[in-house]
Amino acid sequence: MSTTEVPNRQGRFGPFGGQYVPETLIPALDELELAYRAARKDPHFRRELHELLHEYVGRPTPLRLAPRMSEALKVEVFLKREDLNHTGAHKINNTLGQVLLAQKMGKTRIIAETGAGQHGVATATAAALFGLKAEIYMGLEDVGRQSLNVYRMKLLGARVHAVESGTRTLKDATNEAIRDWVTNVRDTFYVIGSVVGPHPYPMMVRDFQSVIGIEARRQMLKVAGALPSHIVACVGGGSNSMGIFYPFRRDPVRFIGVEAAGEGLHTGRHAASIQAAEPGILHGSLSYLLQDDDGQVHPAHSISAGLDYPGVGPEHAYYHHTGRAQYRSITDQEALSAFHQLAEWEGIIPALESAHAIAWVIKAREELGAQNARVLINLSGRGDKDVDQVFALETKSGHRATSHPGEGSDA
Amino acid sequence: MMSAIDSAFRQARAEGRAALIPYITAGFPDLAALPGLVAALAEGGADLIEIGIPFSDPLADGPVLQKAASAALARGIRIRDILQSVKGVSGQTVPLLFLTYINPILRYGFQDFCRDSQVAGIQGLIIPDLPWREGQSLRHMAHAQKLAVIPLVAPTSTDAHLMEIRRARGFVYGVSVTGVTGARTRVDHGVSLLAARVKSQVNLPVAIGFGIATPDQARQVGQVADGVIVGSALVDAIAAQPDKAEAVAFRFVRNMKEALTNIATKA
Ligand SMILES: Cc1ncc(COP(=O)(O)O)c(C=O)c1O
Repeated sequence: MSTTEVPNRQGRFGPFGGQYVPETLIPALDELELAYRAARKDPHFRRELHELLHEYVGRPTPLRLAPRMSEALKVEVFLKREDLNHTGAHKINNTLGQVLLAQKMGKTRIIAETGAGQHGVATATAAALFGLKAEIYMGLEDVGRQSLNVYRMKLLGARVHAVESGTRTLKDATNEAIRDWVTNVRDTFYVIGSVVGPHPYPMMVRDFQSVIGIEARRQMLKVAGALPSHIVACVGGGSNSMGIFYPFRRDPVRFIGVEAAGEGLHTGRHAASIQAAEPGILHGSLSYLLQDDDGQVHPAHSISAGLDYPGVGPEHAYYHHTGRAQYRSITDQEALSAFHQLAEWEGIIPALESAHAIAWVIKAREELGAQNARVLINLSGRGDKDVDQVFALETKSGHRATSHPGEGSDA
Repeated sequence: MMSAIDSAFRQARAEGRAALIPYITAGFPDLAALPGLVAALAEGGADLIEIGIPFSDPLADGPVLQKAASAALARGIRIRDILQSVKGVSGQTVPLLFLTYINPILRYGFQDFCRDSQVAGIQGLIIPDLPWREGQSLRHMAHAQKLAVIPLVAPTSTDAHLMEIRRARGFVYGVSVTGVTGARTRVDHGVSLLAARVKSQVNLPVAIGFGIATPDQARQVGQVADGVIVGSALVDAIAAQPDKAEAVAFRFVRNMKEALTNIATKA
């Protein structure tokens, strides 16, 4: 291991990260860190998780050239198919790891926050698999917008708490999950859904999601005979992107994280916390945060609920700070047209979150073509969950988002 | 040199009772009410007063204080206005402390916030999402301005934590339960153990907060601790009669104070 590995013992990624939580939780975080560090060295734990990922989730997920997209853009594009995981996204890689750890630690109660419901479903799934009870906090707004995922969680035996405080979305659901954890800390395991929260969560979630990049590295060498020149992934909290980036961190590979520009960065209605680049502390760590002049957290906006979060993981803040990764943003409209475009090109309906990564590659095709790029996109999830929403949007507006490269692009 | 916080605890002890520390949210029911509320609390018998600076995401607070903060923010309350208002009252009253979360302080700037708080006449800071191990740089700047950063101790806290906070100033804030702020129907039986643990290891007064709602609960806690902190129950009482906020606050604190004083005479 190199000496520059992050986080350090204090849970810092350079200046970012840390443990900004009530004193009540500090012993629980210490206990978790100890248990996690032991588990990650324990061959038994590793074997068990590997078996689950293989036989239950269906890993390894395929990685393949996207032939028609590559041809249309004149850029070689490969897709890592996290959409083919059980439950339809990368989220399950992390929840199985954490719930397995919870079980080893003898915790009997599982809690989680969820925005669109993807992480809630993935947590409820893992809890069901281990016969544990899951309680999921979800903002009242999201409960209304994502009623099918609420029903899925219930089918899986979870209890869903509708959160009515604050803006009634993901950040408030996270506050409420933390309040529950403070109250029931002795028997409860909090399964965080992205590379956010207090140390050791950003490290632990990154490690569980790194299975994506470990597989992808091997697969690229096999399929393309070379590493990619660019890896592109969407960034909400940042777990699918960090999961695919991390195993390539010492390779000459450029990382592009794509944030949600929502209705446009200038409108203030977006979720691009790294673009805004204001340091802030929310949910236990110092990172970049959408906020006003008094440090009050500013609500995020994105068409894709999974990116609709005002913060971002501290390791991404660090990657931005050091220049190891570049961060770009894509609007709702651009993501919608990429959603259609990938379906038509490749017969794959992407999650709206993942469509942001696709859209950036479409937008940057000339620059990428000029560099002779070999681009690997992390297709973090499938779009089945978004079909109703897109259908309703287009029915209302009377036309579908156009999908021809070049149109409406302001690159 | 003795600080105003030290003197307040010392005086309560000299009177054979625990110090009474009420909490109010700045900007609730509105900011104009703050000076009058502070005066009413002091007149009713508060020994120190905590003033909450509202934050959008108060993850250590229960529903009552969440709502008060949301209401204040919805009216557009600003930190500068709170500092201004506090400055107007701090000279003529008991020691004042700010309670807020770490992000508003970070955004304001640690150094600027400590300086402006000091100028406003504040004696100490309580920051529920800044655990001791993350607080070093803020403590450094606060101490330079003669501000105490109050350490918190929870029922889950380890002896190692108690050892660390021996270097703290002001007093120790003992969190009575694992949980968030909000009135509870009874005093957790762990409170006396918590207070005893702190006293055996740390040479600072210990005040207990979270959940104390009635004079009777205050009396119980006052038997084992040096201070009693009351927040949600008071804010709830104010919320029920916002147009009579001062009178409500005065009566509330006076009843609590009587309960604390009575054990003193009985003992
Ligand atoms: C399919 C999909 N992609 C991406 C995300 C964003 O999360 P992260 O940035 O942690 O990968 C989500 C979150 O719900 C998601 O469901």
